[in-house]
Amino acid sequence: MSRFWKWFWGLAAALPLAVFVVWALYDSPRLFLTTTLNGLTLAALYFLVASGFTLVFGLLRNVNLAHGSLYLLGAYIGWVIGDWSDSWLLAVASGFLSAALFGLVLQVGVFRFMQGQDLRQTMATIGLSIILADVMLWIWGGQIYQFDPPRWIIGSTTLPIVGRFPTYRLILLGSSIVIGFMLWWFLNRTRVGMMIRAGVDDRAMLAASGVNVQVVFAVTFAIGAGLAGFAGVVGGTALSIAPGEDTRYLLASLVVVIVGGMGSVIGAAHGALLIGLAEQFGLAYAPTYGIVFTFVVMTLVLAFRPQGILGRRG
Amino acid sequence: MSAAQWRKAMNFSAGSRDWSGGRATAPVALRPRAGTAATEIRETPLISLLWRRLSLAHIVVLLALLLYPWVATPFFTFQIGAQSLVLGLIALSLTFLAGYGGMLSLAQMTVAGIAGYAIAIFATSGTAEISLGWPWWLAVLVALVIATACSTFIGWLSVRTEGIYTIMITLAIGVAFFYLAQQNYAVFNGFQGFQKVVPPELFGLYWRDPMPFYYLSLFWALAGYLFVSYLICAPFGIALQGVRDNARRMSALGFNPVAHRIAAYAVAGFLAAIGGVLMVWYNGLITPGSVGTSWLINILIIAVLGGMRHPVGPFLGAIVFVLLQNFAVDLVDRERFNLLIGVVFLAIVLFSPDGLLGWWSHLRRRMGPTTGQARLGASATPKSGS
Repeated sequence: MSRFWKWFWGLAAALPLAVFVVWALYDSPRLFLTTTLNGLTLAALYFLVASGFTLVFGLLRNVNLAHGSLYLLGAYIGWVIGDWSDSWLLAVASGFLSAALFGLVLQVGVFRFMQGQDLRQTMATIGLSIILADVMLWIWGGQIYQFDPPRWIIGSTTLPIVGRFPTYRLILLGSSIVIGFMLWWFLNRTRVGMMIRAGVDDRAMLAASGVNVQVVFAVTFAIGAGLAGFAGVVGGTALSIAPGEDTRYLLASLVVVIVGGMGSVIGAAHGALLIGLAEQFGLAYAPTYGIVFTFVVMTLVLAFRPQGILGRRG
Repeated sequence: MSAAQWRKAMNFSAGSRDWSGGRATAPVALRPRAGTAATEIRETPLISLLWRRLSLAHIVVLLALLLYPWVATPFFTFQIGAQSLVLGLIALSLTFLAGYGGMLSLAQMTVAGIAGYAIAIFATSGTAEISLGWPWWLAVLVALVIATACSTFIGWLSVRTEGIYTIMITLAIGVAFFYLAQQNYAVFNGFQGFQKVVPPELFGLYWRDPMPFYYLSLFWALAGYLFVSYLICAPFGIALQGVRDNARRMSALGFNPVAHRIAAYAVAGFLAAIGGVLMVWYNGLITPGSVGTSWLINILIIAVLGGMRHPVGPFLGAIVFVLLQNFAVDLVDRERFNLLIGVVFLAIVLFSPDGLLGWWSHLRRRMGPTTGQARLGASATPKSGS
């Protein structure tokens, strides 16, 4: 594409957006800023779920369609532990650990035997997601569960212009940024992270260099699954947990990862930001067509950059 | 390079593809190709015997299908027979895409659902504020066109990336459509969807009665089956399989892989759209639940259960699926149907990637003498299984 067309399409997309922003700010700055903040919090949650998904795909080439089920599993187990111990922090920890452990079992017990068979692995994860969804429905029933977080995080904070905004959502936003930085640090500054990055680039070479690839795979899968479980408790506190949430977050991670680029954690952050904002703005300004905005973002990215914003070809 | 040359180059003896019990006309369409297999037949007379038995089997199956509603109860005719045929037709579109095009699309039920919604919106339904009340034939025509166009669009979007991405993109599209249908009241009537969407009364018959509806679905299922059987031996189908096996090589030969893939989506979309119209008439209603994630995946389950190596697979899978759905209550708790179908699906994926057809050919290989079929089976195996 020539430079002219790049500018042309860029302007064609940016101009209406700019017009909308100016109009929305003029119309009601409060609604606009609240929506932006809500979009950012949702993006934070989506990033937590999708980063695990993209990490697993990047290294293992495993499209884990049971990722939403891991989210829900972590949430339920976190709820049980939280209910039993009256400690929300313990619930968060158990959500992470239980999902991570389950992911570890899956990788070591099932997916290890299907290495390199992308499609078969994917279908196995579909089967697992059906089974998990039904077992969870069996155990925990169809009702909606709500966490009981400590008092200091459920109040609301007064912000300029926006007014009162739930403190918990700000904490969610902050913790997601912290997790993002921890992930970045882990991948770029530790030995295991280095192995994972090397594995994303060339698995065979990594194995040839004397690294036990299976261990790296298992660790990656456990972390990816654990992040989903963590997001389950954290997101379940912000909203609620109920059957069907697994599909919602699976869709979110799919779209985020398609938009951001497969296998790239930073891409997941970009994608989550785009999708979170698009969804919240859709909800606020065109209520029944909210999902269409998400879809339009995905279509545009696929049309002009099929590999995703930060994805690489091949 | 012509299709015939290509076939030769790929060592394709399409005639022997029909090993797994297709219906009558498949061998007829393939007869010109039988010349290549003739030498083998002369060497082993058993194969020619097998051939004759197969053709007989086709006629028997066809007769059985035609006579079935006369011996079965209305429940078995409608709930089991017609539903299997309709679901099989939708799954057939997936088999065509995945087995012969190498593109595992999870959005086939979405395409069917779009056709169903279009029927409800353009023809008559219980929600008179939205339905436009057009004559049924016009509504059906428009529904088929819209659904096929949507499928082509989905194809255009998803063929931009390859392999495993297809499943993600199509799943995302399918789930997005589900949420749209659920949230939007102006067009899709939200959570309730549309009730009382019924086929027209024609020739003095109410087409939702078990027997007429069974024959209607049988007609379209057979038409779809024959169409796919023909298409996979036609130049387009052969080229599509070439694209599946090695897209780069095909584009070096002067084919346009992207165009072939998008065309395959259009064809599959048309089949799914027919299935979708029948489905909405079968159910008498369409709700967001009919295009929900579980149904997107159920179509995949049906196709995988039956096996993707032959167009008869999805119909076998649909029969098993519908039987399980209706009689799971005797095996397990009614609420636990999803668990059962999930376990069955996982077992198939883990232990028999080629589904029921895989078992069948495995059995045949063990019972009969070794023939050229094992080799051909290997070369003609769709990638989806592995």
